[in-house]
Amino acid sequence: MSGSTLFDQILDPANRANPYPLYAELRKIPVARQEDGTYVVSTHAELARLISDPRISSDDLPDPQKFRWTGHPVTDLLVRPVRAEIRKRHPPFIFRDPPDHDRLRGQVMRCFTPERVRGMRAKTQEITDDLIGKMRGKTQIDLVDDFSYPLPVTVICELLGVPAEDEAQFHGWATQLATALEPNRRSDEETRAKNEVCFTEIADYLQGLIKEKRKDPQDDILSDLAIDREGMNDFDLIATAVLLLVAGHETTVNLITNGMLTLLRFPEHGERLRAEPEIAPRLIEELLRYEPPVHYRTRLALTDIPVAGITIPKDAPVIFLLAAANRDPLRFPDPDRFDPDRPDNRHLGFGGGLHYCVGAPLARIEAEVALISLVRRLKGVSLTEDPPPYRPGASLRGPRHLRLALEGVAEE
Amino acid sequence: MTTPPERIVVVGASLAGLAAAHALRERGFAGRLTLVGAEPHRPYDRPPLSKQVLRGLYSADTTLPCHPELRAEFRFGQPATRLDLAGRVVECEDGSRLPYDRLLIATGTRARPWPNPAEAALAGVFTLRDRDDAERLGAHLRTKLQRVVLVGGGFIGFEVASTCRDLDIPVTLLVRDAVPLAAALGPRLGGLIGEVAREKGVDLRLESEIERMEGAGGRLTAVILKDGERIETDCLVAAIGTLRNVEWLDGSGLEADAGGLRCDAFCRALRADGRVAEGVFAAGDVARWPNPHDDDALVAVEHWGNARAQAETAAANMLAGDASAMRRHDHLPDFWSQQFGLTIKLVGLTEGADALAVVHGSFKERRLVAAFGKGGRTVAAAAIDSARWLPAYKAAIRERAPFPPIENAVDQPRIRVQEP
Repeated sequence: MSGSTLFDQILDPANRANPYPLYAELRKIPVARQEDGTYVVSTHAELARLISDPRISSDDLPDPQKFRWTGHPVTDLLVRPVRAEIRKRHPPFIFRDPPDHDRLRGQVMRCFTPERVRGMRAKTQEITDDLIGKMRGKTQIDLVDDFSYPLPVTVICELLGVPAEDEAQFHGWATQLATALEPNRRSDEETRAKNEVCFTEIADYLQGLIKEKRKDPQDDILSDLAIDREGMNDFDLIATAVLLLVAGHETTVNLITNGMLTLLRFPEHGERLRAEPEIAPRLIEELLRYEPPVHYRTRLALTDIPVAGITIPKDAPVIFLLAAANRDPLRFPDPDRFDPDRPDNRHLGFGGGLHYCVGAPLARIEAEVALISLVRRLKGVSLTEDPPPYRPGASLRGPRHLRLALEGVAEE
Repeated sequence: MTTPPERIVVVGASLAGLAAAHALRERGFAGRLTLVGAEPHRPYDRPPLSKQVLRGLYSADTTLPCHPELRAEFRFGQPATRLDLAGRVVECEDGSRLPYDRLLIATGTRARPWPNPAEAALAGVFTLRDRDDAERLGAHLRTKLQRVVLVGGGFIGFEVASTCRDLDIPVTLLVRDAVPLAAALGPRLGGLIGEVAREKGVDLRLESEIERMEGAGGRLTAVILKDGERIETDCLVAAIGTLRNVEWLDGSGLEADAGGLRCDAFCRALRADGRVAEGVFAAGDVARWPNPHDDDALVAVEHWGNARAQAETAAANMLAGDASAMRRHDHLPDFWSQQFGLTIKLVGLTEGADALAVVHGSFKERRLVAAFGKGGRTVAAAAIDSARWLPAYKAAIRERAPFPPIENAVDQPRIRVQEP
């Protein structure tokens, strides 16, 4: 890969298993210009500062692509352009700035009540027990397919109010739409075409579901959003629902899988979690620092921004490399050591500033229930391949499979 | 190089005193540590008192968390009465004498009492500073009151007014100045909050003062305003500022007066002759210190954040050995308030500001960030329901960035510099 920039190397799937040496290299220049004019921020001090800088916008989605003709005039001249325009005007709020961002996020926060989130613990435990129960009698499992994926999908569908029988379909859509978070992939024409089709399907589905919720509201987030009088219009509502769905499990799957992988790599911590489950909150914070589910997010500079001895020019794409800042030795002593007892662990695993993860409390509960249950109930468990194969994404980074050998499953 | 301390006395057992105690232990101080508090309670938190405690949502027990291994000797309900600088001894009300190698003075402030003692003694007349005050006033508010009259145009007055409206109690708020909250927020923002208060049903009277109170059987029944109007009421809260608890330092030789206990940039208390009082430090509301963000103008800051930060700086410097190892107290003042459904946050100090610019949102939406300038530099920023951007402005204030500080930003109106 000689000649390619450091960030190109990070995007290269060959480096997916261990990007951390590249991050260390990047941190030598806190805000580093890449050949294509992108600026990568990789140090904790600079990132913590820029993530709350109002001169940096989150509204960095590319314009919807020009379409290939299908030959059907109604489709080509009306349906698709209108849909594209709607998508452009109503992106999910992680791609929006205040005041729209604040309004939409505020409406979601009102539904995402602490009581409702806490109430998901029992359900999460129930799903967890069920999934672990299905591992009985097996000597080989794939933690991703057998556990880490189905758990958060079921949880987020329950919370949103998506019928259980539609979960499988949602899983497929979410996986496809997660590519929108990968700047190199969302600009790839084929991926974008697929995303367009996928978004149309999910939007049609949700439109129908919202109609039902309005007729017969249930105790779920989609109902709350749909019947909120001061609420959002249907376009924003759909974009928001898609966002919650994708963000609600494409990230948590990584947190759980990375968690188990880390506990198997450092078995003394797995042992400790088994013996002292009360350390789980601290252990999960350290996990969010050490192996965060989201490695970077993209932004756009609205004006020239002087920082760390350079100036990010107006209109430059900016990459917030959260996972690199989490390993910054200037902020975290001995940063490559996994240490749940680390004091003052102000990691950027959930991002920061006004886009700080809405689902953080839910993710913490899911990870806690999942990891405690896994270390307690899986007997004689070991990694069969290390490193495991990774999913293609460099931002939403996590194993595609985590194949484990096990000797047995303990009762609940 | 002075010898390391063996005995540290902290006078004042509230937020600053407790934070200093924790910081001393975290920094390895293993000697004897004594905290002296005038109030009978363990250290507690004050911000909820005017809000959730009055409202009845929290109990008045807002005790601050204390490390189980703090190993401090607490003396509650035991005000310090005298300081002997030469002998390095603090005397308490019960006559006990506490020798020290290092002393931290964190005696804070108390509510300024209503100036007419006979009126102040009427049942139904309150001030609000301590948890006992909050408990008594809170109980009174829940007795189906006719009307609460609040005196004072500051944050406590407004927070209590907001709580009363939440409890659906009629409120008259008397403000001596032409604009409320102007000292902290400037007239423009203060005026906005006043407007919101009126919409929420507060009978806000500007440039209005009390001539006298009326009572019957020792209970407040009405107040007569300077303009002659009579308002019937069974509850008056005087939120007319604070007094610094420095009287016990009279005759000690320290430079202390109504403006606070004078200290240097390292939180060391100064003597009346301007020299450093060896081994004596100050933190919190009582301290008056040179603010590096305002050309070392002397300031006493009665904010929660400053109390903690200053206590930590003082603790570090108490253990530092000599001045070359001490660090400056360079905390940028900040505070927050919640009232009438709004969250107000301020960083920096607006005093002396000569310019204001709305940098995000708008007055109309009542969701905004306003930056304050003084002599072409950015000195403060206030956020109403939009605090997420404040860290960027905090950095700009620390760097004394040209005013207006941040341009071409998200959600930014065309910047128009106006009077604050």
